[in-house]
Amino acid sequence: MSDTPIDRVAKATPPSVASKIRGLSDRAIAWLFVLPTIFLLLAVNIFPLIWTINLSFTNFRANRPNREVDYIGLRNYERILTDEDIWLTMQATAHFLFWTIFFQVLIGFTLAWLINRKFKGNDLWTTLIVLPMMLSPAVVGNFWTFLYQPQIGLFNYGISFLTGIDPSSFQMIGDVTLAPWSIVIVDTWMWTPFVMLICLAGLRSIPDYIYEAAEIDRASQWRQFWTITIPMVLPFLMLAVLFRGIENFKMFDLVVQLTGGGPGSITELTSINLKREAFEKWRTGYASAYAIILFVTVFGLASIYVKALNKVKER
Amino acid sequence: MSSYSITEPSSLQKWLAGTLVVAYAVITLLPLVWILTTGFKSPVDAIAYPPKILFEPSLEGYVNLFTTRTRVSPETLEALPPPVTWYEEVVRNRDMVIAGPSRYGERFLNSVIIGFGSTFLSVFLGTLAAYAFSRFKVPLKDDLLFFILSTRMMPPIAVAIPIFLMFRTLGLSDTHLGMILLYTAVNISLAVWLLKGFMDEIPREYEEAALIDGYTRFQAFYKVVLPQAATGIASTAIFCLIFSWNEYAFAVLLTSGTAQTAPPFIPTIIGVGGQDWPAVAAGATLFLVPVMVFTILLRKHLLRGITFGAVRK
Repeated sequence: MSDTPIDRVAKATPPSVASKIRGLSDRAIAWLFVLPTIFLLLAVNIFPLIWTINLSFTNFRANRPNREVDYIGLRNYERILTDEDIWLTMQATAHFLFWTIFFQVLIGFTLAWLINRKFKGNDLWTTLIVLPMMLSPAVVGNFWTFLYQPQIGLFNYGISFLTGIDPSSFQMIGDVTLAPWSIVIVDTWMWTPFVMLICLAGLRSIPDYIYEAAEIDRASQWRQFWTITIPMVLPFLMLAVLFRGIENFKMFDLVVQLTGGGPGSITELTSINLKREAFEKWRTGYASAYAIILFVTVFGLASIYVKALNKVKER
Repeated sequence: MSSYSITEPSSLQKWLAGTLVVAYAVITLLPLVWILTTGFKSPVDAIAYPPKILFEPSLEGYVNLFTTRTRVSPETLEALPPPVTWYEEVVRNRDMVIAGPSRYGERFLNSVIIGFGSTFLSVFLGTLAAYAFSRFKVPLKDDLLFFILSTRMMPPIAVAIPIFLMFRTLGLSDTHLGMILLYTAVNISLAVWLLKGFMDEIPREYEEAALIDGYTRFQAFYKVVLPQAATGIASTAIFCLIFSWNEYAFAVLLTSGTAQTAPPFIPTIIGVGGQDWPAVAAGATLFLVPVMVFTILLRKHLLRGITFGAVRK
């Protein structure tokens, strides 16, 4: 018999305890294994969620913990849903969501399709392309403010190199019309590889014989692309969109470092707006209601989407 | 001679596709190359127009990253004994003296402690839970698994409000323990989902044979299943580590000093008149390179990790 540390522990364990452990039924082991995780999630996720729901009906302010707390019913919810500034924030988020997903799907799918031409060294290049998405969004986002600087920034210089526009004539993050695009560009730069990887898995899952059969039927390349490639990759693509949608709805770190929500509040996405309310204005009750609304929105959208996704998969 | 295949792209197609992908890769890697090179530029070269591609390498960024400095008058500088170390000389050339170490080292160490601590905990708990979900009939299994995943959908700022209050009450604000527990709770959904996938792939027959040989469930678990799942556990651990390493929202809201990690700290590195870009780039380089290395090591399991195990190659 081998004598691993575990065996030694087993030998040193008093027989009564050992027999208790040995005697555990599978059912007991299952609970023993699952409960710590459930307990941790209850303590750090569910309990706070319930607390947030409770706070959302109050006028509590976390910077004045000793002040009396009043229950004000649904007034926080009412104020949020009728607040025009919050609708502007939602619009900024929608703009960000739509265009990041649009560009990431377009570029990501194209890249995956190109990589799937199986040229020499495609594995190496795929790995290199993937690098940006694994890095810390806050650290990278902060550095992008340097790349975006007029004149000395690499981005402005690159644009001027390609188009001949004076590099000091535009400010990506200081300009009201350009700032929303500046965050779309960085997010697209960072997350296109994510969509690409998922599309690549989709493309690689299509068996060759389907194309061979189509070839025998003399279907054109174009037709093969629309009737085989696209439908077969679609479930993968939708999964990628689901992930990016949820992630970007929660977007905080990258954008807060890039623009901080500015100029004005043009790029103030919901998470940044929420952070202002909760941790700068300290309207804790109000912010709690806001958080619940966001959570319900993302959860609702995600469930609808997952249902659609399952339908596509069934086909 | 290899057989002719109609699904194999022509060599012209391959060449074109390869060129386009390489062009994309070069453009997309430029910002990262820029971080790397800016770290070795002098402050003047870093903000030169047009941006400098060729420059004289300097370690000033790294020196500034690890030190705090004070400006002194030329007379005081004259009166000082000659610099002993090369980095003192670098600082003196700017009419300054080293006042002490910067906080970067501590913040980096915090990232290491919190990252490894939460990774260990989430992989440990995740392995147990994943094994149970994979092998036993757990009541409400699908609901529990969905519940575990759904915790990931909440915006971090929304969760941070009550966590902030809870930590304040329990005295966990700005502590390593608090951050480790928090990151464990965030990571555990990923750990359970990924590890369940890996364990589902291990044939049950191995354990069943072990059970027939007289092993208990526990023995079968740690002697048969764990060694088989080692690769899966290792890649799950790396994913958890990368998440904790990169996390910013919780870190910036719940830590301010003692337990602050590097991501909220690096953007605050300032010099004269704004951010000290060579020092920021130096700090970013040291912080990002480990993740790049891990990404390359992980490339086979990458897809699985980023999709919670939904897509397997």
